[in-house]
Amino acid sequence: MITLDGVRKDYTSEVRIGPVDLAIPAGGITALIGPNGAGKSTLLTLIGRLLGLDAGTIEIAGYDVARTRSKDLAKVVSVLRQENHFITRLTVRQLVAFGRFPHSKGRLTAVDEEMISQAIDFFELADLEGRYLDELSGGQRQRAYVAMVLCQDTEFVLLDEPLNNLDMRHSVQMMKHLHRAAAELGRTIVIVLHDVNFASHYADYICAVKDGAVVEFGPCAQVMTAPVLTEVFDTPVQVIDGPNGPLAVYY
Amino acid sequence: MAELTTAVRATPTPPRTVRTSAALPGTRRARRYWLVLIGLALLAAAFGIALVVWDNPMPVGTAGFWRIVALRSKNVLVMLIVAFCQAMATVAFQTVTTNRIVTPSILGFESLYVAVQTGAIYLLGATGLTMLTGVPQFIGQIVLMVGLAVALYGWLLSGKHGNLHVLLLIGIIIGAGLGSVSTFLQRLLTPSEFDLLTARLFGSISSADADYLPIAVPLAAGAGLLLWRRARRLNVMALGRDVTTGLGLNHRRELVVVLVLVAVLMATSTALVGPMTFLGFLVATLAYQFADTHDHRHVLPVAVLTGFVVLSGAYFVMKNLFYAQGVVSIIIELVGGVTFLVVILRKGRL
Repeated sequence: MITLDGVRKDYTSEVRIGPVDLAIPAGGITALIGPNGAGKSTLLTLIGRLLGLDAGTIEIAGYDVARTRSKDLAKVVSVLRQENHFITRLTVRQLVAFGRFPHSKGRLTAVDEEMISQAIDFFELADLEGRYLDELSGGQRQRAYVAMVLCQDTEFVLLDEPLNNLDMRHSVQMMKHLHRAAAELGRTIVIVLHDVNFASHYADYICAVKDGAVVEFGPCAQVMTAPVLTEVFDTPVQVIDGPNGPLAVYY
Repeated sequence: MAELTTAVRATPTPPRTVRTSAALPGTRRARRYWLVLIGLALLAAAFGIALVVWDNPMPVGTAGFWRIVALRSKNVLVMLIVAFCQAMATVAFQTVTTNRIVTPSILGFESLYVAVQTGAIYLLGATGLTMLTGVPQFIGQIVLMVGLAVALYGWLLSGKHGNLHVLLLIGIIIGAGLGSVSTFLQRLLTPSEFDLLTARLFGSISSADADYLPIAVPLAAGAGLLLWRRARRLNVMALGRDVTTGLGLNHRRELVVVLVLVAVLMATSTALVGPMTFLGFLVATLAYQFADTHDHRHVLPVAVLTGFVVLSGAYFVMKNLFYAQGVVSIIIELVGGVTFLVVILRKGRL
């Protein structure tokens, strides 16, 4: 489980995140939703220790993020940011193989290769594994990045808007893959999502963030209500019963 | 087996037999890499030997012949050190800055060298340059350059808002400032002093003193070995700060360690023969084209060998065709620049 205790990050006197107190349970998918600039991504990068805290503590499975050595944390939590652009020219397989670095320090063993193959197959990238990343479509590349993070084989996986640039079909596929990863591989996935309906359908918990603070956190049914969503997004939202659960209508 | 071979010919990309994440997937690419490496090694050996024995006025095997060989070997060794330093430093620097078009000279090593040389001749006249030669002075210049770089890193990378791009920007500004001071001082020199100085400011192999080698060799070898041992981490560093941290490396520490090693290599090379920036840039870019992999354990040897081939080739041409031995940076910039453009335009990417 991930616990945030009085977490604060100050940018200027007006712009700041927190203080945030939050306990994300282990297992399943937790979606962070909220308007632009609410601090979802910042919160995720704070948990993933890519950004330093100004106050408070974050613990992942009992490890204090600020005090545990980075190389030990890399076996507990993996994190993928929204923008990924590399100067090196890598094939899909070489990229995914980097996920094994915390375990093998770059000396890949037969076990590592097996894990890499599994991650690639899990995201149905086997036919593309010899291709270079610059030869892939946006959706395929996004899948390759997520495969790399999953290949790191950590209990906790943090993803910042993995549905960015994906069309309807690929978004659904990506969420199904992640759902499977949580269910079959027992991972705890924390994910920043823009589309409330994706969150509602695939996530187990939703955390609504606004102006750097957590407004609502709980199971989907608790957050997927018209009053909560209207307040969070500052725009009229209706919630209707869809064929596959509650559906937010906001246009 | 027969079907497999035809299948390989029929499809543009050979089908995988074993799934591997090796730096050079497939036997074809691995074979190509080793052919390139062996080719470069043979070329390097050929130039090295040619430089030592070509146009040797003494009959082969006499004492005089060997004396000339020994004298010329010094230059070959200097070239080896310079190629090694520039190639290792530039490849590593481009990796940690995740930028393929910068060179370590952006941190102001060469401007500092130029400023020291110009300042010496301005303040002390032509004798100033002779005062800058000698082992203690050589060590002094290295210490000065490494000191400047480390002070810059320590100051700019340790703070809360420590930022690599700010570091590079300040490096450029310091370099430009030192450069304009040097230009100004050069305007005030007499023509004969200016002539002496200009000779020093071209990268020149023959200006290196044999006495410097016992210091330069261990420095270059030591820093190079430490970089080589970090080659696998450099592969990760090339993916940027966030991925590096996510994969469990302390990005800032790695960055500072690599930058200090780069500073040692660059300072050694610059204090030995003068500015030679373009060589590093050329060699690093060509090495990525030749090696065709992201793996530093494969790229670095190719870069060093390419560096030596370019440097010794340029020296050979200068010495035996233009009779202007020593001043190699001119021909490297001319021929190397053209080669570089051809390779880049043909492949269309860095």
